[in-house]
Amino acid sequence: MSLGVVMLCHTALDRAAELARHWAGHGCPVVIHLDSRVPEDQLRQLKGTLADVPDIRFSRRTVCEWGTFGIVQATLDAATLLLSEFPTVGHVLLASGSCLPIRPVRALLAHLADHPQTDFIESVTTADVGWTVGGLSGERFTLRFPFAWRRHRRLFDGYVALQRRLGMRRRIPDGLRPHLGSQWWCLTRDSLAAILSHPRRAEHDRYFKRVWIPDESYFQTLVRQVSTRIESRSLTLSKFDYQGRPHVFYDDHLHLLRQADAFVARKIWPQADLLFRTFLTPDIDRAERPEPSPGKINRLFAKAVERRVKGRPGLFMQSRFPTKARGGNRMAAPYGVFQGFAELFPDFQTWLAEAVDARAHGRLFHPDRVQFAGGESVYKGGLSDSAPLRNYNPHSFLASLIWNTRGETQCFQFCADDDQAIAPTLAADPNANLYIITGAFAVPLWLSGREASEMRTWAARLQKVESQFLKLLGHPETKARVRVWSLAEFIENPAEPLQQLVDDLNPRAAHRGKTLPRLIDLTGFGSFLQDLRNQGMQPVLMGDFPSDDELARSQLPLSRPQILR
Amino acid sequence: MSLLALYRLRLRRKYLLVRAWRRRRQLQSVVDRTSGLRSEPILLFSTIRNERVRLPYFLAYYRRLGIDHFLIVDNGSDDGTREYLADQPDVSLWTTGASYRKARYGMDWLMHLLRRHGHGRWCLTVDVDEFLVYPFCETRPLRALTDWLDSGEVRSFSAMLLDMYPKGAMHEHPYREGQNPFEIAQYFDSGNYMISRNPLYRNLWIQGGPRARLFFSERPKQAPAMNKTPLVRWDASYSYVSSTHMMLPPRLNLTYDDQGGERPSGCLLHAKFLDTFALKAQEELERGQHYAESHEYRAYREGIAEERDLWCNWSEKYVNWRQLEVLGLMSKGNWA
Repeated sequence: MSLGVVMLCHTALDRAAELARHWAGHGCPVVIHLDSRVPEDQLRQLKGTLADVPDIRFSRRTVCEWGTFGIVQATLDAATLLLSEFPTVGHVLLASGSCLPIRPVRALLAHLADHPQTDFIESVTTADVGWTVGGLSGERFTLRFPFAWRRHRRLFDGYVALQRRLGMRRRIPDGLRPHLGSQWWCLTRDSLAAILSHPRRAEHDRYFKRVWIPDESYFQTLVRQVSTRIESRSLTLSKFDYQGRPHVFYDDHLHLLRQADAFVARKIWPQADLLFRTFLTPDIDRAERPEPSPGKINRLFAKAVERRVKGRPGLFMQSRFPTKARGGNRMAAPYGVFQGFAELFPDFQTWLAEAVDARAHGRLFHPDRVQFAGGESVYKGGLSDSAPLRNYNPHSFLASLIWNTRGETQCFQFCADDDQAIAPTLAADPNANLYIITGAFAVPLWLSGREASEMRTWAARLQKVESQFLKLLGHPETKARVRVWSLAEFIENPAEPLQQLVDDLNPRAAHRGKTLPRLIDLTGFGSFLQDLRNQGMQPVLMGDFPSDDELARSQLPLSRPQILR
Repeated sequence: MSLLALYRLRLRRKYLLVRAWRRRRQLQSVVDRTSGLRSEPILLFSTIRNERVRLPYFLAYYRRLGIDHFLIVDNGSDDGTREYLADQPDVSLWTTGASYRKARYGMDWLMHLLRRHGHGRWCLTVDVDEFLVYPFCETRPLRALTDWLDSGEVRSFSAMLLDMYPKGAMHEHPYREGQNPFEIAQYFDSGNYMISRNPLYRNLWIQGGPRARLFFSERPKQAPAMNKTPLVRWDASYSYVSSTHMMLPPRLNLTYDDQGGERPSGCLLHAKFLDTFALKAQEELERGQHYAESHEYRAYREGIAEERDLWCNWSEKYVNWRQLEVLGLMSKGNWA
């Protein structure tokens, strides 16, 4: 008993000829069906090329439009011809003009000889099928599809919607349980003959003529009626992307195909010379294949689909630019933004870099210049420290910085004096960790030593900017992680907030920082605030800051707090 | 978008088409070998002026990728460019002495040729210093890409301009004819690109790279655009709007995914910054034929005068397309 091949061809006929010659050369008779949209002279040319091969036949031609019954009709005609012309054929393989046998034909024959009564066809009930694209699985069998999807997309969609609304349903012929599966199968002569000569064949054909993509359901459904033994897997490796398009194999997939455990692969790019040359060498010259490792191909294509559908979060580039709702505000990795800390701790940046094991930048949004860590004028990826360049597109600036430095946590200082255009992005970014000591902006003003009367307008402006920022962060749409302390609250116990930010940003810190940064002496700040009040400003963001006397009495270990753990 | 805005874009497209058609007479055919083309050829279109020394590598590079035919407009070269091109078996050549600037920086001429020869075909429109890199370009010819785009009914493919530069001053490494320019200009900026969406044309507007970093840091709005859509299955009704940065109808500009996924894209490696550049900058400045009153070139001249090195500590050394993919400058999308 041998194997017969039904080949459905429509393009790249020179490759089809090579394939047919290869099958026939290994004792497998071939029936070729050529789409009737292909001009007659190409058929003549193909016939001429293959004239010297005895075991090749050409079946009656029909139009094979994707998704329609034409493909099934072509298969039925070719299979009928094959079974009648070659009585010794035991199994029939359905292949296309771009299906390449990737393992020696003798291996396939041996496999079939071991399973003489088995039909290899993927056949899954519609309820269990997970791969249909576009939501049509069960409805393929209960709606009517008179319009071609490729050519009349609107009519197709409109008619589907209409039928759904009107609740129109077709009756599935008695005894049929709809099954779906890969178009490419290998059936035994008995099963195939039983389908072809089924007493209700005319009824079946009439029904499937209006089923959507019948080539994925006709044989898959009917084989359940006639077969004695079904192995529900295809011998043909065929991968589809998320839009239902077949993945294509190229020369650089050679090593992957060698490790596949399927016998045939599709779809092969017609000009993949290396693949055709390698896999169409006669069996006798073939080396043993390496250990099969089919998972590799699955992983490759799964990753490709994931990249197309989800992409790399936090990457903004020429072919990925998500809207705000779809991740347009999400940066590539978590990062820390600190407002009010550098004002209180002179060596905060150094401490932060060590405690959080991160890159601690200065004020990245300083109005004059970007303060990159280490005072660099150009940073990773070629980011410039020019403020106009940064302000031109602050979102791109931050996104680039976080993307360029993936693998290393970034932290930077922010304050009310900085350019605030980035604020909405920070608020909406789930990867932003904001730590804010409100009112700390007044400390540098106080330290400048100038009179409160001079400072009043300036302090009022900063307070207004900071209030607006806080208001933005308080919005329910905010995605950032925000922790806010008033200055008064913070200096009561600075150790706890500091420990918290270390835990947040570096949860796996091997050793807890024993020392905390040195807090400046705030004696006199209370009077400064009172002066501001006396000048007519109302400093509110600092909280209920203690007067100098209270501060002195409270005996808090402010100068160098310790964590006791 | 309002119907009025759409109608305006339509008028704009028609205007550009008419404009290109009216300037057809400025082109005189030198050699026209387009009649003997294979079916479904992949065509390359370019405007060239005095680039003799760059041509051998340029042609060889694109022949290797699988360009079937080059359609080139020579804008009054006097360095042997025309003679050299006319001798190439796969080049069709037109010549013109008319103003480059008045022909929309050569786009009117190219659009006329695109309309006449590019209809229904895959067309690559590049400058002589732009080298296309796309996913798998080392192992798969351009036709593999266009076939794959066809199967998904995609008609345009974006390739961002990536400025390449040498380490040290440009004149330190003279370029030899036939040499791979990226042996000299090995470096690029990997992550300082500024992107925004153009709501009218729906394209992404990308600026950045070394030119923005060094020459335009005080006036970033004027920094040159880096977004390009050079590879298009052309239709007679299509139009390039500003160089190959934007197209009409606007749907052709939707080469990006805005739902979070990545579409496939490539890069145009830009071999502008070679020792030939200083000379070119001077010449172009005198001709005043370049974009935006040549202020780009003026900025360069100032930059060059200071012997400025474009290289910096964070410059990335070019390896291959996979590197560009990892850096996020281009993407394989779902092509595997």
